[in-house]
Amino acid sequence: MVERRGTLGLLAHAVMIIGVLIILFPVYLAFVASTHTPAEVMQAPMPLLPGSHFWESYSAALTGSGHTSTHASVARMIWISFATACIITVGKISISLLSAFAVVYFRFPLRGVFFWLIFITLMLPVEVRIGPTYQVVADLHMINTYAGLAIPLIASATATFLFRQFFLTVPDELVEAARIDGAGPLRFFKDVLVPLSINSIAALFVIQFIYGWNQYLWPLIMATSEDMYPIVVGILGMIGQGESPVDWNIIMATAILAMLPPALVVVLMQKWFVKGLVETEK
Amino acid sequence: MASIALNNVVKRYGTGPKANQVIHGVNADIADGEFIVIVGPSGCGKSTLLRMVAGLEEISSGEISIGSRVVNNLEPAERDIAMVFQNYALYPHMSVFDNMAYGLKIAKVPADEIRARVDKAAKILEIGPFLQRKPRELSGGQRQRVAMGRAIVRQPQVFLFDEPLSNLDAKLRAQTRLEIQKLHRELGITSLFVTHDQVEAMTLAHRMIVMNAGVMEQFGTPEEVYTRPATTFVASFIGSPPMNLLKNAPDAKPGVITGIRPEHLDITPSGWALQVEAVEMLGAERLVYGRWAHSATDELVIIRTEEAHAVPALGATIHATPRPDRIHHFDAATGKRI
Repeated sequence: MVERRGTLGLLAHAVMIIGVLIILFPVYLAFVASTHTPAEVMQAPMPLLPGSHFWESYSAALTGSGHTSTHASVARMIWISFATACIITVGKISISLLSAFAVVYFRFPLRGVFFWLIFITLMLPVEVRIGPTYQVVADLHMINTYAGLAIPLIASATATFLFRQFFLTVPDELVEAARIDGAGPLRFFKDVLVPLSINSIAALFVIQFIYGWNQYLWPLIMATSEDMYPIVVGILGMIGQGESPVDWNIIMATAILAMLPPALVVVLMQKWFVKGLVETEK
Repeated sequence: MASIALNNVVKRYGTGPKANQVIHGVNADIADGEFIVIVGPSGCGKSTLLRMVAGLEEISSGEISIGSRVVNNLEPAERDIAMVFQNYALYPHMSVFDNMAYGLKIAKVPADEIRARVDKAAKILEIGPFLQRKPRELSGGQRQRVAMGRAIVRQPQVFLFDEPLSNLDAKLRAQTRLEIQKLHRELGITSLFVTHDQVEAMTLAHRMIVMNAGVMEQFGTPEEVYTRPATTFVASFIGSPPMNLLKNAPDAKPGVITGIRPEHLDITPSGWALQVEAVEMLGAERLVYGRWAHSATDELVIIRTEEAHAVPALGATIHATPRPDRIHHFDAATGKRI
């Protein structure tokens, strides 16, 4: 068990507090910067306490009226990010549930082969197959569309694997009881398997939403028009190439805004998230 | 309600010469309303046989009919059966009510009739107060009742029980056994009940099927099985302690096994001479283990005597006489009753 002794406890707390400070300091700095005027931010040393221009920076960022290298509004970027993250998450979970269902509950030729094919795509993340994927998406005229941003990221070996492992723990008798009750495969899937997997689904929702939100490389080459920039790419666009001065307070406000939705998802779904990863319900 | 007919039922896993045959041609005719217990040691194929009747296992060859219908190619739901599983197999996320109603909902029974049927079953089983609870909030015995309730509401032609009592503790098991008997008297539905427990088999069965290694060794009433076991396997499986199966009895003919139950051997002034090897006290009775005085084999003869009887000293020579009308003879080569 965990030891609970004075000095060790203090040491553990000290280590954790230092870790938290290291992580939080840049976030704090971004927040401070977002509450000052551009001139104040550019001072050396920059102020370390929040200033009084909070509303100006944030409303300028949300409406896109600031002095940055793009003119897209952050409200629009948040919407794009939110929409693609949602499509990716819902798509990933639905497809993974169905493919895990097929792999676990149906006997079809080459079942094992299909499972391992899905599994080895773990070794082929977007970055590795980015060239051919781009070609396919471009040929299908999906550049600068929600579909183009989301669909190539939907296939998920991790989620399939997670659901497969969960389905394997569902007792066979439950399947048999459902058969005797007259439930067909899809009925069993809908009425029994999905409700039983609800905790795993919630955990995956959190993980995949953040994954979708944080996508950078793919939207960077996919979204060429400013009004399709997700927020993570949008921040980069704002900084520009350094040819003209930019409003760092607005960029920092955008960065803070970019962090909020994933943080919100984690906070709201924390309970289910932990349950889904830890608890095995009987 | 319906009769069940098993006609040369065979189960094989795999095909060709490497096929593993686990059920070797079982024939049985079960009358409408009978309570049949299938009993045997683990791995004898009794559960497989039940699952074939349920439609959860394919029938490799032979025929199973329920009522007048051959059900070989029917889905479990179409066979008009209900099954109670060993671990109850309740849907964990559904309330007790929904668990019982699920099959009826799928069958598109009107909601008010579902309500009525579930309420009626809940009343019979005394689970009315739990209808809104989840299975995990119930005790083992209560879950067991819910599983039976789920079977009852379907109003099937046949009940199938797959070792439903083995997860209960001894006291609850005895109690549930009586309840199953009562339930069967009230509903009169043909039932097949699989167990490895001979006490369950003897107390519940109208007739019992004793299975060993995929073969039906005997099909008869508990009395028949006890008093006239068809094979040495049945003789040794039913009854505790098991029947003495003796090759070296003083008056034995070669090639014939003499069978005598421990309770049918009496210690007498003369008779079979035995050397006392061990004595066990069981409460109301005592088991005396003896070794033949006349031959040097390690064959043991068990005698069951009343506790009031004098305790024989270890190593002493005693005499025992079998009751003549209780002696069984079996063919040593085939194990069959002669």
